[in-house]
Amino acid sequence: MNLSVDIAGVIMKNPITVASGTFGSGMEYCDFIDLSKLGAVTTKGVASTPWAGNPTPRIAETHGGMLNAVGLQNPGIDTFLSRDLPFLLEQNAKIIVNVCGKTVEDYLAVCEKLKGTDVDLLEINVSCPNVKEGGIAFGQDPKALFEITKAVKEVAAQPVIMKLSPNVTSIAEMAKAAEAGGADAVSLINTITGMKIDVEKRTFQLANRTGGLSGPAIHPVAVRMVYEVHKATSLPIIGMGGVATTEDALELIMAGATMVAVGTANFTNPYATLDIIDGIERYLQNHHIEDVKELIGCVE
Amino acid sequence: MKYFKMKAVLFRQDNIATDVYSMIVDAPEIAQRARPGQFVNCYSADGSRLLPRPISICDIDRFNGFVRLVYRKVGKGTAEFSNLRAGDKISIIGPLGNGYTLRDKKRAILVGGGIGIPPLLALARELTCEKTIVLGFRDEEFLSEEFYRCGTVYKSSDAGNIGIHGTVMDAIEEYQISGDVIYACGPRPMLSAIQAYALEHNIEAQLSLEERMACGVGACLACVCQTSSVDEHSQVKNKRVCKEGPVFDAREVVF
Repeated sequence: MNLSVDIAGVIMKNPITVASGTFGSGMEYCDFIDLSKLGAVTTKGVASTPWAGNPTPRIAETHGGMLNAVGLQNPGIDTFLSRDLPFLLEQNAKIIVNVCGKTVEDYLAVCEKLKGTDVDLLEINVSCPNVKEGGIAFGQDPKALFEITKAVKEVAAQPVIMKLSPNVTSIAEMAKAAEAGGADAVSLINTITGMKIDVEKRTFQLANRTGGLSGPAIHPVAVRMVYEVHKATSLPIIGMGGVATTEDALELIMAGATMVAVGTANFTNPYATLDIIDGIERYLQNHHIEDVKELIGCVE
Repeated sequence: MKYFKMKAVLFRQDNIATDVYSMIVDAPEIAQRARPGQFVNCYSADGSRLLPRPISICDIDRFNGFVRLVYRKVGKGTAEFSNLRAGDKISIIGPLGNGYTLRDKKRAILVGGGIGIPPLLALARELTCEKTIVLGFRDEEFLSEEFYRCGTVYKSSDAGNIGIHGTVMDAIEEYQISGDVIYACGPRPMLSAIQAYALEHNIEAQLSLEERMACGVGACLACVCQTSSVDEHSQVKNKRVCKEGPVFDAREVVF
Protein backbone atom coordinates (compact mmCIF):
# COMPACT_ATOMS: atom_id res chain seq x y z
CA MET A 1 0.00 0.00 0.00
CA ASN A 2 1.30 3.43 -0.90
CA LEU A 3 0.53 6.48 1.24
CA SER A 4 3.17 8.73 -0.26
CA VAL A 5 2.34 11.85 -2.22
CA ASP A 6 4.29 14.33 -4.31
CA ILE A 7 4.08 18.12 -4.11
CA ALA A 8 6.23 19.82 -6.75
CA GLY A 9 8.72 16.96 -6.77
CA VAL A 10 8.99 16.68 -3.00
CA ILE A 11 7.92 13.21 -1.90
CA MET A 12 6.11 12.99 1.45
CA LYS A 13 5.66 9.63 3.15
CA ASN A 14 1.96 10.30 3.70
CA PRO A 15 -0.54 13.05 2.85
CA ILE A 16 -0.81 14.59 6.32
CA THR A 17 0.82 17.81 7.52
CA VAL A 18 -0.21 20.46 10.03
CA ALA A 19 -1.75 23.87 9.40
CA SER A 20 0.61 26.79 9.95
CA GLY A 21 0.22 28.51 13.31
CA THR A 22 -1.33 25.58 15.13
CA PHE A 23 1.88 23.68 15.72
CA GLY A 24 4.67 26.21 16.37
CA SER A 25 7.80 24.69 14.84
CA GLY A 26 6.81 21.31 16.20
CA MET A 27 8.83 21.63 19.41
CA GLU A 28 5.78 21.68 21.68
CA TYR A 29 4.08 18.74 19.99
CA CYS A 30 7.11 16.48 19.89
CA ASP A 31 6.25 15.94 23.57
CA PHE A 32 3.18 14.08 22.26
CA ILE A 33 4.03 12.64 18.85
CA ASP A 34 6.98 11.56 16.73
CA LEU A 35 7.22 14.32 14.11
CA SER A 36 8.95 12.02 11.61
CA LYS A 37 5.65 10.18 11.22
CA LEU A 38 4.05 13.21 9.58
CA GLY A 39 4.14 13.74 5.83
CA ALA A 40 5.60 17.15 6.62
CA VAL A 41 5.74 19.75 9.38
CA THR A 42 4.42 23.17 8.36
CA THR A 43 5.84 25.91 10.57
CA LYS A 44 4.25 28.96 12.11
CA GLY A 45 4.59 32.01 9.83
CA VAL A 46 8.13 33.39 9.74
CA ALA A 47 8.80 37.06 8.96
CA SER A 48 12.03 38.91 8.23
CA THR A 49 12.05 40.42 11.76
CA PRO A 50 10.37 39.42 15.07
CA TRP A 51 6.65 40.33 15.21
CA ALA A 52 4.88 40.98 18.52
CA GLY A 53 1.39 40.07 17.29
CA ASN A 54 -1.93 41.43 18.53
CA PRO A 55 -3.11 42.32 22.06
CA THR A 56 -4.98 39.68 24.08
CA PRO A 57 -7.56 38.18 24.21
CA ARG A 58 -6.46 36.60 20.98
CA ILE A 59 -8.88 33.69 20.86
CA ALA A 60 -12.53 32.87 21.46
CA GLU A 61 -14.33 29.56 21.19
CA THR A 62 -17.40 29.31 18.97
CA HIS A 63 -19.82 26.43 18.36
CA GLY A 64 -17.70 23.81 16.62
CA GLY A 65 -14.96 26.31 15.95
CA MET A 66 -12.71 29.02 17.30
CA LEU A 67 -11.70 32.53 16.36
CA ASN A 68 -8.09 33.60 16.56
CA ALA A 69 -6.39 36.92 16.09
CA VAL A 70 -2.85 36.06 17.15
CA GLY A 71 -1.53 38.42 14.48
CA LEU A 72 1.36 36.28 13.25
CA GLN A 73 3.55 36.73 16.30
CA ASN A 74 6.89 35.12 15.41
CA PRO A 75 10.54 35.37 16.43
CA GLY A 76 11.77 36.23 12.94
CA ILE A 77 13.85 34.36 10.35
CA ASP A 78 17.19 34.64 12.16
CA THR A 79 15.93 32.87 15.28
CA PHE A 80 14.08 30.41 13.08
CA LEU A 81 17.31 29.52 11.30
CA SER A 82 19.43 29.26 14.45
CA ARG A 83 16.93 27.45 16.70
CA ASP A 84 13.85 26.01 14.97
CA LEU A 85 15.34 24.72 11.74
CA PRO A 86 18.14 22.67 13.36
CA PHE A 87 15.51 21.16 15.65
CA LEU A 88 13.26 20.24 12.71
CA LEU A 89 16.14 18.73 10.76
CA GLU A 90 16.95 16.54 13.75
CA GLN A 91 13.36 15.27 13.73
CA ASN A 92 13.83 13.87 10.26
CA ALA A 93 10.61 15.46 8.98
CA LYS A 94 9.93 17.15 5.67
CA ILE A 95 9.74 20.88 6.31
CA ILE A 96 7.32 23.43 4.87
CA VAL A 97 8.19 26.93 6.05
CA ASN A 98 5.30 29.37 6.13
CA VAL A 99 6.54 32.82 5.10
CA CYS A 100 4.74 36.04 6.07
CA GLY A 101 5.42 39.69 5.45
CA LYS A 102 4.01 43.19 5.30
CA THR A 103 5.67 44.17 2.02
CA VAL A 104 6.91 42.23 -0.99
CA GLU A 105 10.46 42.94 0.22
CA ASP A 106 9.67 41.27 3.57
CA TYR A 107 8.61 38.05 1.86
CA LEU A 108 11.62 38.11 -0.44
CA ALA A 109 14.03 38.71 2.46
CA VAL A 110 12.77 35.54 4.19
CA CYS A 111 12.91 33.47 0.98
CA GLU A 112 16.42 34.75 0.38
CA LYS A 113 17.58 33.64 3.83
CA LEU A 114 16.06 30.19 3.29
CA LYS A 115 18.21 29.62 0.21
CA GLY A 116 20.80 26.95 0.78
CA THR A 117 18.93 25.44 3.73
CA ASP A 118 17.39 21.97 3.81
CA VAL A 119 13.87 23.37 3.90
CA ASP A 120 11.73 21.40 1.44
CA LEU A 121 8.93 23.78 0.52
CA LEU A 122 7.83 27.38 1.10
CA GLU A 123 4.25 28.27 1.85
CA ILE A 124 3.60 31.95 1.21
CA ASN A 125 1.00 33.35 3.57
CA VAL A 126 -0.96 35.95 1.63
CA SER A 127 -4.15 35.22 3.49
CA CYS A 128 -3.84 36.05 7.18
CA PRO A 129 -6.94 38.06 8.14
CA ASN A 130 -5.40 39.38 11.37
CA VAL A 131 -2.65 41.73 10.27
CA LYS A 132 -3.44 45.21 9.04
CA GLU A 133 -0.92 45.58 6.24
CA GLY A 134 0.41 43.04 3.78
CA GLY A 135 -0.81 39.52 4.37
CA ILE A 136 -4.33 39.32 3.07
CA ALA A 137 -3.99 42.45 0.92
CA PHE A 138 -1.95 40.27 -1.46
CA GLY A 139 -4.46 37.46 -1.24
CA GLN A 140 -7.69 39.23 -2.13
CA ASP A 141 -6.73 40.79 -5.44
CA PRO A 142 -5.78 38.45 -8.32
CA LYS A 143 -3.36 40.97 -9.83
CA ALA A 144 -1.53 41.51 -6.51
CA LEU A 145 -1.41 37.75 -5.96
CA PHE A 146 0.01 37.20 -9.45
CA GLU A 147 2.69 39.84 -8.85
CA ILE A 148 3.81 38.56 -5.47
CA THR A 149 3.84 34.96 -6.68
CA LYS A 150 6.05 35.98 -9.58
CA ALA A 151 8.37 37.98 -7.34
CA VAL A 152 8.70 35.13 -4.82
CA LYS A 153 9.32 32.57 -7.56
CA GLU A 154 12.22 34.63 -8.90
CA VAL A 155 13.96 34.53 -5.52
CA ALA A 156 12.89 31.25 -3.92
CA ALA A 157 15.19 28.26 -3.99
CA GLN A 158 12.41 25.88 -2.96
CA PRO A 159 9.07 25.09 -4.64
CA VAL A 160 6.44 27.68 -3.72
CA ILE A 161 2.98 27.02 -2.30
CA MET A 162 0.65 30.04 -2.25
CA LYS A 163 -1.74 29.89 0.71
CA LEU A 164 -5.13 31.20 -0.36
CA SER A 165 -7.80 33.06 1.57
CA PRO A 166 -11.44 31.96 1.57
CA ASN A 167 -12.43 35.61 2.09
CA VAL A 168 -12.84 36.21 -1.65
CA THR A 169 -15.66 36.00 -4.17
CA SER A 170 -13.95 33.39 -6.33
CA ILE A 171 -11.13 31.30 -4.91
CA ALA A 172 -10.77 29.64 -8.33
CA GLU A 173 -9.79 33.02 -9.80
CA MET A 174 -7.19 33.46 -7.08
CA ALA A 175 -5.77 29.99 -7.72
CA LYS A 176 -5.51 30.75 -11.42
CA ALA A 177 -3.66 33.98 -10.62
CA ALA A 178 -1.20 32.04 -8.45
CA GLU A 179 -0.75 29.47 -11.20
CA ALA A 180 -0.13 32.21 -13.79
CA GLY A 181 2.44 33.74 -11.43
CA GLY A 182 4.34 30.45 -11.42
CA ALA A 183 3.22 28.88 -8.13
CA ASP A 184 4.13 25.22 -7.74
CA ALA A 185 1.14 24.48 -5.51
CA VAL A 186 -1.64 26.14 -3.54
CA SER A 187 -2.88 25.56 -0.02
CA LEU A 188 -6.38 26.38 1.15
CA ILE A 189 -8.28 27.48 3.08
CA ASN A 190 -6.91 29.95 5.57
CA THR A 191 -9.40 31.03 8.26
CA ILE A 192 -12.69 32.77 7.53
CA THR A 193 -13.03 36.24 9.04
CA GLY A 194 -15.51 36.30 11.90
CA MET A 195 -16.54 38.19 15.02
CA LYS A 196 -17.90 37.27 18.43
CA ILE A 197 -19.49 39.58 20.97
CA ASP A 198 -19.65 39.15 24.74
CA VAL A 199 -23.26 40.09 25.44
CA GLU A 200 -22.76 40.51 29.20
CA LYS A 201 -19.88 42.95 28.79
CA ARG A 202 -21.33 44.35 25.52
CA THR A 203 -17.95 44.27 23.87
CA PHE A 204 -15.91 42.25 21.41
CA GLN A 205 -14.54 38.90 22.57
CA LEU A 206 -11.26 39.54 20.74
CA ALA A 207 -9.06 42.57 21.32
CA ASN A 208 -8.65 42.72 17.53
CA ARG A 209 -12.48 42.72 17.18
CA THR A 210 -12.37 40.31 14.23
CA GLY A 211 -10.56 37.01 14.01
CA GLY A 212 -10.15 33.98 11.77
CA LEU A 213 -12.66 31.18 12.20
CA SER A 214 -11.25 27.65 12.15
CA GLY A 215 -12.33 24.21 13.30
CA PRO A 216 -14.96 21.70 12.15
CA ALA A 217 -17.47 24.53 11.56
CA ILE A 218 -15.59 25.60 8.41
CA HIS A 219 -14.86 22.16 6.96
CA PRO A 220 -17.65 22.07 4.32
CA VAL A 221 -16.46 25.46 3.03
CA ALA A 222 -12.95 24.02 2.66
CA VAL A 223 -14.25 20.97 0.77
CA ARG A 224 -16.20 23.17 -1.64
CA MET A 225 -13.26 25.48 -2.26
CA VAL A 226 -10.72 22.69 -2.74
CA TYR A 227 -13.13 21.19 -5.28
CA GLU A 228 -13.45 24.51 -7.13
CA VAL A 229 -9.69 25.06 -7.22
CA HIS A 230 -9.06 21.49 -8.36
CA LYS A 231 -11.46 22.06 -11.26
CA ALA A 232 -9.91 25.40 -12.16
CA THR A 233 -6.18 24.61 -12.07
CA SER A 234 -3.80 21.73 -12.44
CA LEU A 235 -1.75 22.74 -9.38
CA PRO A 236 -1.35 20.28 -6.51
CA ILE A 237 -3.44 21.35 -3.53
CA ILE A 238 -2.79 21.16 0.19
CA GLY A 239 -6.31 21.13 1.60
CA MET A 240 -7.14 22.35 5.09
CA GLY A 241 -9.99 23.79 7.12
CA GLY A 242 -11.57 22.06 10.09
CA VAL A 243 -10.00 18.65 9.55
CA ALA A 244 -10.42 16.64 12.75
CA THR A 245 -11.09 13.09 11.56
CA THR A 246 -10.05 10.62 8.86
CA GLU A 247 -13.35 11.23 7.09
CA ASP A 248 -12.68 15.00 7.01
CA ALA A 249 -9.24 14.41 5.47
CA LEU A 250 -10.58 11.93 2.90
CA GLU A 251 -13.27 14.40 1.84
CA LEU A 252 -10.62 17.00 1.01
CA ILE A 253 -8.52 14.42 -0.87
CA MET A 254 -11.53 13.28 -2.86
CA ALA A 255 -12.37 16.92 -3.62
CA GLY A 256 -8.90 17.32 -5.12
CA ALA A 257 -6.29 17.79 -2.39
CA THR A 258 -2.98 15.94 -2.72
CA MET A 259 -2.13 16.64 0.88
CA VAL A 260 -4.20 17.61 3.93
CA ALA A 261 -3.25 19.83 6.87
CA VAL A 262 -4.62 19.35 10.38
CA GLY A 263 -4.92 22.59 12.33
CA THR A 264 -7.25 23.44 15.18
CA ALA A 265 -7.78 19.72 15.86
CA ASN A 266 -4.25 19.64 17.31
CA PHE A 267 -5.58 21.72 20.22
CA THR A 268 -8.43 19.30 20.87
CA ASN A 269 -6.41 16.17 20.27
CA PRO A 270 -2.61 16.38 20.08
CA TYR A 271 -2.60 12.98 18.35
CA ALA A 272 -5.09 14.01 15.62
CA THR A 273 -2.47 13.88 12.84
CA LEU A 274 -1.31 10.35 13.67
CA ASP A 275 -4.89 9.15 14.23
CA ILE A 276 -5.79 10.40 10.74
CA ILE A 277 -2.74 8.79 9.10
CA ASP A 278 -3.71 5.46 10.70
CA GLY A 279 -7.32 6.01 9.64
CA ILE A 280 -6.37 6.63 6.00
CA GLU A 281 -4.30 3.47 5.99
CA ARG A 282 -7.25 1.49 7.35
CA TYR A 283 -9.56 3.04 4.77
CA LEU A 284 -7.25 1.99 1.94
CA GLN A 285 -7.03 -1.54 3.34
CA ASN A 286 -10.78 -1.87 3.81
CA HIS A 287 -11.48 -0.61 0.30
CA HIS A 288 -8.64 -2.53 -1.35
CA ILE A 289 -7.02 0.61 -2.70
CA GLU A 290 -3.30 0.30 -3.44
CA ASP A 291 -2.37 3.95 -3.63
CA VAL A 292 -3.83 6.97 -1.82
CA LYS A 293 -3.22 9.01 -4.98
CA GLU A 294 -6.10 7.12 -6.62
CA LEU A 295 -8.43 9.05 -4.33
CA ILE A 296 -7.23 12.54 -5.26
CA GLY A 297 -10.12 14.38 -6.91
CA CYS A 298 -12.01 11.11 -7.40
CA VAL A 299 -15.42 12.77 -7.17
CA GLU A 300 -16.14 13.94 -10.68
CA MET B 1 7.15 11.64 25.08
CA LYS B 2 6.73 13.99 28.00
CA TYR B 3 2.96 14.37 27.92
CA PHE B 4 -0.04 12.31 27.03
CA LYS B 5 -3.74 12.88 26.99
CA MET B 6 -5.41 10.50 29.42
CA LYS B 7 -8.89 9.61 30.53
CA ALA B 8 -8.95 10.10 34.27
CA VAL B 9 -11.62 8.65 36.53
CA LEU B 10 -13.29 11.03 38.96
CA PHE B 11 -12.81 9.97 42.56
CA ARG B 12 -15.30 12.53 43.79
CA GLN B 13 -16.77 15.95 43.04
CA ASP B 14 -18.25 18.46 45.50
CA ASN B 15 -19.98 21.78 45.08
CA ILE B 16 -18.07 23.81 47.72
CA ALA B 17 -19.61 27.25 47.10
CA THR B 18 -21.98 28.88 44.61
CA ASP B 19 -20.67 27.76 41.20
CA VAL B 20 -17.39 26.56 42.73
CA TYR B 21 -16.57 22.86 42.37
CA SER B 22 -13.88 20.61 43.77
CA MET B 23 -13.07 17.66 41.55
CA ILE B 24 -10.64 14.92 42.57
CA VAL B 25 -9.35 12.78 39.71
CA ASP B 26 -7.35 9.58 39.75
CA ALA B 27 -4.27 10.57 37.73
CA PRO B 28 -1.09 9.07 39.24
CA GLU B 29 1.13 10.13 36.32
CA ILE B 30 0.11 13.75 36.84
CA ALA B 31 0.20 13.58 40.65
CA GLN B 32 3.76 12.21 40.60
CA ARG B 33 5.08 15.10 38.58
CA ALA B 34 2.82 18.01 39.56
CA ARG B 35 4.17 21.06 41.38
CA PRO B 36 2.15 23.80 43.06
CA GLY B 37 1.10 26.46 40.54
CA GLN B 38 0.89 24.13 37.56
CA PHE B 39 -2.37 23.43 35.73
CA VAL B 40 -4.21 20.69 33.89
CA ASN B 41 -6.02 20.95 30.54
CA CYS B 42 -9.52 19.49 30.80
CA TYR B 43 -11.28 18.50 27.58
CA SER B 44 -15.00 18.62 26.88
CA ALA B 45 -16.75 15.45 25.75
CA ASP B 46 -18.95 17.61 23.50
CA GLY B 47 -17.50 17.92 19.99
CA SER B 48 -18.82 21.46 19.61
CA ARG B 49 -16.38 22.64 22.29
CA LEU B 50 -12.93 22.27 20.84
CA LEU B 51 -10.67 23.93 23.34
CA PRO B 52 -9.39 22.52 26.62
CA ARG B 53 -10.22 24.38 29.83
CA PRO B 54 -7.05 25.09 31.81
CA ILE B 55 -7.69 24.47 35.53
CA SER B 56 -5.11 25.02 38.24
CA ILE B 57 -4.03 22.20 40.50
CA CYS B 58 -5.40 22.80 44.00
CA ASP B 59 -3.99 19.80 45.76
CA ILE B 60 -1.67 16.90 45.00
CA ASP B 61 -1.97 13.50 46.70
CA ARG B 62 1.10 11.69 45.41
CA PHE B 63 0.56 8.69 47.67
CA ASN B 64 -2.89 7.89 46.28
CA GLY B 65 -2.22 9.35 42.83
CA PHE B 66 -4.97 11.95 43.11
CA VAL B 67 -5.06 15.48 41.74
CA ARG B 68 -7.64 17.95 42.99
CA LEU B 69 -8.97 20.66 40.70
CA VAL B 70 -11.09 23.50 42.09
CA TYR B 71 -12.79 25.67 39.48
CA ARG B 72 -15.63 28.08 38.95
CA LYS B 73 -18.50 27.23 36.63
CA VAL B 74 -18.39 30.09 34.15
CA GLY B 75 -19.61 28.64 30.85
CA LYS B 76 -20.80 25.54 29.06
CA GLY B 77 -17.49 23.69 29.34
CA THR B 78 -17.14 24.05 33.09
CA ALA B 79 -20.90 23.40 33.46
CA GLU B 80 -20.31 20.06 31.71
CA PHE B 81 -17.47 19.23 34.12
CA SER B 82 -19.60 20.20 37.11
CA ASN B 83 -22.13 17.50 36.19
CA LEU B 84 -19.54 14.72 36.34
CA ARG B 85 -19.84 12.29 39.25
CA ALA B 86 -17.55 9.76 40.93
CA GLY B 87 -16.67 7.04 38.43
CA ASP B 88 -17.17 9.29 35.38
CA LYS B 89 -14.21 9.96 33.13
CA ILE B 90 -12.62 13.19 31.95
CA SER B 91 -9.88 13.68 29.34
CA ILE B 92 -6.95 15.63 30.72
CA ILE B 93 -3.35 16.56 29.97
CA GLY B 94 -0.90 17.70 32.58
CA PRO B 95 0.82 18.90 34.55
CA LEU B 96 1.32 22.00 32.38
CA GLY B 97 3.13 25.28 32.98
CA ASN B 98 6.01 26.12 35.26
CA GLY B 99 4.54 26.40 38.78
CA TYR B 100 5.86 28.38 41.76
CA THR B 101 9.52 28.34 42.76
CA LEU B 102 9.54 27.37 46.43
CA ARG B 103 11.78 29.54 48.63
CA ASP B 104 11.77 27.55 51.82
CA LYS B 105 14.25 29.70 53.70
CA LYS B 106 12.13 32.83 53.41
CA ARG B 107 9.04 34.00 55.31
CA ALA B 108 6.21 33.56 52.83
CA ILE B 109 3.07 35.57 52.18
CA LEU B 110 0.50 33.70 50.12
CA VAL B 111 -2.16 35.91 48.56
CA GLY B 112 -5.18 34.50 46.76
CA GLY B 113 -8.19 36.24 45.29
CA GLY B 114 -11.41 34.44 44.33
CA ILE B 115 -10.85 31.48 42.06
CA GLY B 116 -7.12 32.28 42.30
CA ILE B 117 -7.15 30.81 45.81
CA PRO B 118 -7.12 27.06 44.94
CA PRO B 119 -3.53 26.73 43.59
CA LEU B 120 -2.21 28.31 46.80
CA LEU B 121 -3.42 25.33 48.83
CA ALA B 122 -0.95 22.90 47.24
CA LEU B 123 1.73 25.55 47.69
CA ALA B 124 0.82 26.16 51.35
CA ARG B 125 1.06 22.44 52.03
CA GLU B 126 4.49 22.12 50.41
CA LEU B 127 6.21 25.23 51.73
CA THR B 128 7.99 24.34 54.97
CA CYS B 129 8.72 27.92 56.06
CA GLU B 130 6.67 30.36 58.15
CA LYS B 131 3.53 31.28 56.18
CA THR B 132 1.02 34.11 56.29
CA ILE B 133 -1.98 33.47 54.07
CA VAL B 134 -4.28 36.21 52.81
CA LEU B 135 -7.52 35.15 51.14
CA GLY B 136 -9.82 37.57 49.35
CA PHE B 137 -13.43 36.68 48.58
CA ARG B 138 -16.35 38.42 46.91
CA ASP B 139 -19.04 37.44 49.43
CA GLU B 140 -18.73 33.69 49.88
CA GLU B 141 -15.95 31.74 51.54
CA PHE B 142 -14.43 28.49 50.31
CA LEU B 143 -11.33 26.38 51.08
CA SER B 144 -10.27 28.67 53.96
CA GLU B 145 -10.59 25.93 56.62
CA GLU B 146 -8.03 23.86 54.76
CA PHE B 147 -5.58 26.74 54.91
CA TYR B 148 -5.81 27.06 58.72
CA ARG B 149 -3.55 24.02 59.14
CA CYS B 150 -0.90 25.56 56.88
CA GLY B 151 -0.29 28.95 58.46
CA THR B 152 -1.78 32.15 59.82
CA VAL B 153 -4.82 33.07 57.74
CA TYR B 154 -6.26 36.57 57.18
CA LYS B 155 -9.35 37.22 55.13
CA SER B 156 -10.99 40.04 53.24
CA SER B 157 -14.16 40.33 51.20
CA ASP B 158 -15.67 42.81 48.77
CA ALA B 159 -19.01 42.53 50.55
CA GLY B 160 -17.51 42.87 54.04
CA ASN B 161 -19.10 39.68 55.38
CA ILE B 162 -15.82 37.71 55.60
CA GLY B 163 -12.76 39.17 57.35
CA ILE B 164 -12.12 42.82 56.72
CA HIS B 165 -14.21 44.81 54.26
CA GLY B 166 -11.99 45.44 51.26
CA THR B 167 -9.29 43.85 49.15
CA VAL B 168 -6.36 41.60 50.01
CA MET B 169 -4.15 44.69 49.85
CA ASP B 170 -6.33 46.31 52.52
CA ALA B 171 -5.82 43.18 54.64
CA ILE B 172 -2.05 43.27 54.17
CA GLU B 173 -2.03 46.90 55.33
CA GLU B 174 -4.55 46.46 58.14
CA TYR B 175 -2.77 43.49 59.70
CA GLN B 176 0.72 44.84 58.87
CA ILE B 177 1.63 41.58 57.21
CA SER B 178 5.29 41.23 56.35
CA GLY B 179 7.44 38.62 54.71
CA ASP B 180 10.33 38.04 52.31
CA VAL B 181 8.48 36.58 49.33
CA ILE B 182 4.93 36.85 48.02
CA TYR B 183 3.20 34.07 46.11
CA ALA B 184 -0.02 35.29 44.50
CA CYS B 185 -2.85 34.16 42.27
CA GLY B 186 -5.99 36.11 41.48
CA PRO B 187 -7.60 38.66 39.19
CA ARG B 188 -5.43 41.06 37.23
CA PRO B 189 -6.11 44.20 39.34
CA MET B 190 -5.06 42.26 42.45
CA LEU B 191 -1.85 41.01 40.82
CA SER B 192 -1.11 44.49 39.55
CA ALA B 193 -1.50 45.90 43.09
CA ILE B 194 0.77 43.17 44.50
CA GLN B 195 3.33 43.89 41.81
CA ALA B 196 3.39 47.57 42.81
CA TYR B 197 3.63 46.64 46.52
CA ALA B 198 6.46 44.16 45.91
CA LEU B 199 8.46 46.58 43.80
CA GLU B 200 7.97 49.38 46.35
CA HIS B 201 9.07 47.17 49.26
CA ASN B 202 11.76 45.48 47.18
CA ILE B 203 10.59 41.95 47.90
CA GLU B 204 10.27 39.02 45.56
CA ALA B 205 6.78 38.28 44.25
CA GLN B 206 5.67 35.34 42.12
CA LEU B 207 2.41 36.06 40.29
CA SER B 208 0.24 33.42 38.65
CA LEU B 209 -1.54 34.86 35.60
CA GLU B 210 -4.69 33.85 33.80
CA GLU B 211 -5.27 34.32 30.07
CA ARG B 212 -7.58 32.73 27.51
CA MET B 213 -5.72 29.70 26.13
CA ALA B 214 -6.10 27.42 23.15
CA CYS B 215 -3.44 24.69 22.98
CA GLY B 216 -2.11 25.03 26.54
CA VAL B 217 1.29 23.67 25.50
CA GLY B 218 3.03 26.70 24.01
CA ALA B 219 2.33 26.21 20.32
CA CYS B 220 -0.47 28.60 19.38
CA LEU B 221 0.70 31.87 21.03
CA ALA B 222 -2.85 32.78 22.09
CA CYS B 223 -2.16 33.32 25.80
CA VAL B 224 0.76 35.74 25.90
CA CYS B 225 1.41 38.42 28.52
CA GLN B 226 3.44 41.58 28.06
CA THR B 227 6.93 41.55 29.56
CA SER B 228 9.41 44.23 30.52
CA SER B 229 12.22 42.78 28.43
CA VAL B 230 12.59 40.78 25.23
CA ASP B 231 11.84 37.11 25.81
CA GLU B 232 14.33 34.59 24.51
CA HIS B 233 11.72 32.33 22.94
CA SER B 234 9.46 34.94 21.30
CA GLN B 235 12.19 37.52 20.56
CA VAL B 236 9.61 40.18 21.46
CA LYS B 237 8.36 41.61 24.75
CA ASN B 238 5.91 38.89 25.59
CA LYS B 239 5.87 35.43 27.10
CA ARG B 240 3.52 32.47 26.82
CA VAL B 241 1.36 32.20 29.95
CA CYS B 242 0.87 28.44 29.41
CA LYS B 243 4.57 27.65 28.92
CA GLU B 244 6.91 30.21 30.53
CA GLY B 245 4.10 30.84 33.08
CA PRO B 246 1.52 30.82 34.46
CA VAL B 247 3.80 31.96 37.32
CA PHE B 248 5.99 34.99 36.62
CA ASP B 249 8.34 37.12 38.66
CA ALA B 250 6.60 40.44 39.37
CA ARG B 251 9.53 42.29 37.80
CA GLU B 252 9.10 40.67 34.40
CA VAL B 253 5.40 41.22 33.63
CA VAL B 254 3.73 44.40 32.45
CA PHE B 255 0.02 44.77 33.22
